[in-house]
Amino acid sequence: MMIEIIYILCLRQLKHYWRSKARLIGSLGQPLLFMIAFGFGFGPMYTRANGGANYINFLTPGIVTMAILFTAVFSGLEIIWDRQFGFLKEILVAPISRTEIMIGKTFGGAIIAMIQGLIMLSMTYLFGFRISNLGSLWMGLIFMFLIAIFFSGLGLTIASKMEDMQGFQMILNFLIMPIFFLSGALFPLQNLPYAIYLISRIDPLTYGVDGLRGSIAGVSTFGIYNDLVAISSLSVLICAIGTVLFLKIEA
Amino acid sequence: MQNILVVQSLTKKFDNFTAVNDISFNVEKGSIFAFLGPNGAGKSTTIKMLTTVLKPTSGEISINGFDVLKEQNKARESFGIVFQDNSLDEDLTAYENMVYHAVVYKVPKTERAERIQKALAIVGLCDRWSDYVKKYSGGMKRRLEIARSLVHYPKIIFLDEPTVGLDPQTRNAIWSHIRKLNEEQKITVFLTTHYMEEAEAIANNVAIIDHGKIIESGTVEEIKKRTKTELLEEAFLKLTGRDIRDDDNGANKQKMMRGLGRMR
Ligand SMILES: Nc1ncnc2c1ncn2[C@@H]1O[C@H](COP(=O)(O)OP(=O)(O)O)[C@@H](O)[C@H]1O
Ligand SMILES: [Mg+2]
Repeated sequence: MMIEIIYILCLRQLKHYWRSKARLIGSLGQPLLFMIAFGFGFGPMYTRANGGANYINFLTPGIVTMAILFTAVFSGLEIIWDRQFGFLKEILVAPISRTEIMIGKTFGGAIIAMIQGLIMLSMTYLFGFRISNLGSLWMGLIFMFLIAIFFSGLGLTIASKMEDMQGFQMILNFLIMPIFFLSGALFPLQNLPYAIYLISRIDPLTYGVDGLRGSIAGVSTFGIYNDLVAISSLSVLICAIGTVLFLKIEA
Repeated sequence: MQNILVVQSLTKKFDNFTAVNDISFNVEKGSIFAFLGPNGAGKSTTIKMLTTVLKPTSGEISINGFDVLKEQNKARESFGIVFQDNSLDEDLTAYENMVYHAVVYKVPKTERAERIQKALAIVGLCDRWSDYVKKYSGGMKRRLEIARSLVHYPKIIFLDEPTVGLDPQTRNAIWSHIRKLNEEQKITVFLTTHYMEEAEAIANNVAIIDHGKIIESGTVEEIKKRTKTELLEEAFLKLTGRDIRDDDNGANKQKMMRGLGRMR
């Protein structure tokens, strides 16, 4: 039964997603734009500075992460829209526990973000990216899914504390953007000022990106298994916090 | 007669403002119960507590024998609800809204299509099932919400101002659907409305709430007799006074109004 509830929550989100062409194009277009701008803009510089290393290989996991990150956060935040337009009441009176709703919505958002990430990953092939070792692709998929779960859960956690869409821009500019830029998705986290270095180390996405990079591009800073422990425990943590907050939600 | 809804000492406070103040009442199985009161009296807040959307500050509620606060899901399966404001997903079609509901209410897969079909037929929306809800008129949305609330075969249905803002034709149609549900499917109906003549025409029992307190309850006849009036509307005005209430959610304004009321 739980599977069916996840399925219907997911289906509803997919329909929204598919029917809003602006969102569909935006959420694929933005990472694509970054891929082009950074790939061609910084590529030669990176290669020179790193003794011939290929920047596209470095950048691709970051771009895939970007696609997942934004889609997952937005699908979590969708509950603010539901509140605004009234559908939240229909969600809350249904004979399923708040915990089930939280789990269903987290997975629903994560699955959509995952699809987005896979589309993005296949597109990077057009830019010359090649998975370093097909045998560890499954590990990459696990990282993609964990990143999706974490940010879908984070979106829901934030949304359950937000009354309306005000503050949405704030969350985006002062939480999601910094998380993305300081995660090492676009550039290596080396020779940074100490403050930024510290922030990047407490940025959950740092471990997601590093793990994904380790799995599909064969380079990691912390080691794939450390990354795995970090991102999965953080995912569990955020979902637990989200569930507690979600229990108190009213419409 | 058995009571399908039992409410005891129900209270809801928003910060310092008491929206619902220690109310108790019962609703008989199979009856049509009208919950009346001016704007801001606490009707919607009460319905939200009865339907698990809001947590009461204190008090007890039992629906169909289930404790609403402890056996939430059992209670939820027993009632249908049409809220005062929209609760449809307008980006989905009418049918998709119905399917969503059927799935989360665990209607067996084999029965879904038929039950949805029947519920849509009751409110006369069969030929518009594939339209997006955003293309529906206000009256059609209302009817769709009623249809949706019937898909899981509730024992009691809550209707919070089901006819507000609709033209007379649509209002009549909705009331006749509601009466039919009550008579043919034996569903208990709990409704709120502003239209006293409509309440008078349809309800077996009435409770009048003002400033979060139930100030009168009984059959329409009993209330008219006690207030020595001819019409429920007159009784209502006599009981709640003639000053105009604001229709917004500002608790402060309500408090101010109440202060003014007392000064006069
Ligand atoms: N979430 C809320 N926070 C603060 N006050 C509220 C809230 N919801 C309702 N109220 C106040 O509670 C009172 C009762 O509101 P409501 O139950 O909607 O009235 P009715 O449905 O009878 O018109 C009103 O004064 C309203 O302003
Ligand atoms: Mg109301």
